[in-house]
Amino acid sequence: MNWQVIIPLLLFLVVIFSIGFWASRYVRSTDSFLQEYFLGDRQMGGFVLAMTMIATYGSASSFIGGPGVAYTKGLGWVLLSMAQLPAGYFVLMVLGKKFSIIARKYKAITLIDFLKERYKSNAVVIIAAVSIIVFLFSSMAAQWVGGARLIESLTGLSYTTALFLFAVSVLFYVIIGGFRAVALTETVQGVVMLLGTIILLVATIKAGGGISNIIQELVAENPNLVSPYGAERDLTPIYVSSFWILVGVGVIGLPQIAVRAMSYKNSRGMHQAIIIGTFVIGTIMLGMHVIGVFARAILPGIEIGDKVMPTLTLEVLPPFLAGLVLAAPMAAIMSTVNSLLILISSAIVKDLYLNYLKPNASEIQVKRASFWVTTLIGISVILFALSPPDLLIWLNLFSFGGLESVFLWPIVFGLYWSKGNKYGAISSMGVGMGSYILFDRLYPNALGMHTVVLPVLLSLIAYVIISKMTHKYVLSSNLHLETNG
Amino acid sequence: MKDKEKLKDKRFKIAHREAKIGVVLVVINFMLWFGFAYGLGSGDPASYNYVFGLPEWFFYSCVLGFIVMFFLVVYSVKFLFKEVPFEEEEERGNQV
Repeated sequence: MNWQVIIPLLLFLVVIFSIGFWASRYVRSTDSFLQEYFLGDRQMGGFVLAMTMIATYGSASSFIGGPGVAYTKGLGWVLLSMAQLPAGYFVLMVLGKKFSIIARKYKAITLIDFLKERYKSNAVVIIAAVSIIVFLFSSMAAQWVGGARLIESLTGLSYTTALFLFAVSVLFYVIIGGFRAVALTETVQGVVMLLGTIILLVATIKAGGGISNIIQELVAENPNLVSPYGAERDLTPIYVSSFWILVGVGVIGLPQIAVRAMSYKNSRGMHQAIIIGTFVIGTIMLGMHVIGVFARAILPGIEIGDKVMPTLTLEVLPPFLAGLVLAAPMAAIMSTVNSLLILISSAIVKDLYLNYLKPNASEIQVKRASFWVTTLIGISVILFALSPPDLLIWLNLFSFGGLESVFLWPIVFGLYWSKGNKYGAISSMGVGMGSYILFDRLYPNALGMHTVVLPVLLSLIAYVIISKMTHKYVLSSNLHLETNG
Repeated sequence: MKDKEKLKDKRFKIAHREAKIGVVLVVINFMLWFGFAYGLGSGDPASYNYVFGLPEWFFYSCVLGFIVMFFLVVYSVKFLFKEVPFEEEEERGNQV
């Protein structure tokens, strides 16, 4: 074991733990447990908001999987990764103010609360809760596997031990601290991710003898590595562009991101968050993927993509700094996992248990249910991750696409189109989820685009057509209700 | 009630305008990104021009494109976005 690398990692864990403890004081003393535990009492300022969005969004695939693919494909994959830049400003600009105003008006704590109030439909609530649970669970398992693999490769512990170590540390502070702990630890994690990227980028360029030198070495190996088409010339413009839907504008449809667009304090905070967020996400995505490409000139012949980033870090940095930089992917993974955990827990406790099983649950019962559900989900993810499926990046992206196909239009039209109604929302969610699974199984990357594109289009069409068709019916039945009531 | 509705209308108007600015920014972002990448990068990789050691297409599309977008975002937020209260009565202007 390399203690010089491990000590900074341990220090990082200690900081995260202390934040969890600190936040748990708020959870114990609050007079509104649900709002505090699942939303941090809507107290986030601009910096925390920006960091929590980025840290939730940036995951194992930004630090481990992505640079690994960039290593094999070259600058074309960096180009693709830059489709993520809009995630920094677009989500908050489009959801931003309207969502905050309406969520407060509805007293919504979860994304599903908003959908429930907006569409007044049990079917919407149940489809939404089930998709959050299914898709985010698989996404979380992928991150869990990534975290354990990382610890495994750094410390030499066995995969199982590493998995437990990772799981226990995350579960601990999420369970006791709730959303506030998640948001605050994510702020620290976001800063670690940003600094780690910058340090590693500088060290990599230095180790490779300057940018020109590195690029010329890549050209000498295969000129296509520096083209936008990828080393094998298999990255077509339409395929690369379709990622703008998946990881750029479609991010609006991700519940873990959308819920953050209603959890902040005031519009000044949101304005700051847009600026900080754009800068940080651009720097991390550009930096990490460029690092992946440059690594090829410094350490040729790495076969497993996921090993590129850890191996490079240990190669180009002195041990203590390497430990700090390797805390970045750890932070990225933890910060994604903790948000997903709290979100799934809120879907079960707030959206299913309180809505359908026990509407009159007392404060104590809700508290107990929240702690137990969070713990149980955590443990079942561990069991799932013990025999992990292989391709981390694709499993992770699968849930991105699935959630976007389900949630994108019900959220966007729910906010901006008053004629949109529950029939439109239900069919849009059904068509989105159904067609996503079908396309993924039967005809992936249809028409040369990422699988997500067609289901998102189909669910758009379903929403608009069905809402229009049922508009008169909804109007007349509402009128009926009003005259009767 | 009427006054409250009006306040909401005004806030929603601001929100709608800002959402449109977001869409415009994404369109500009995409055009810069796509235009430079495939406009400059579609030739033979062996005959690329280089800027600061990076292939020309990559420098303009990914590095400069990022910087330009960042400044457009800052400009939009500083000069086009307006602050609005979220709560109707409590907490207005209560900054910490």
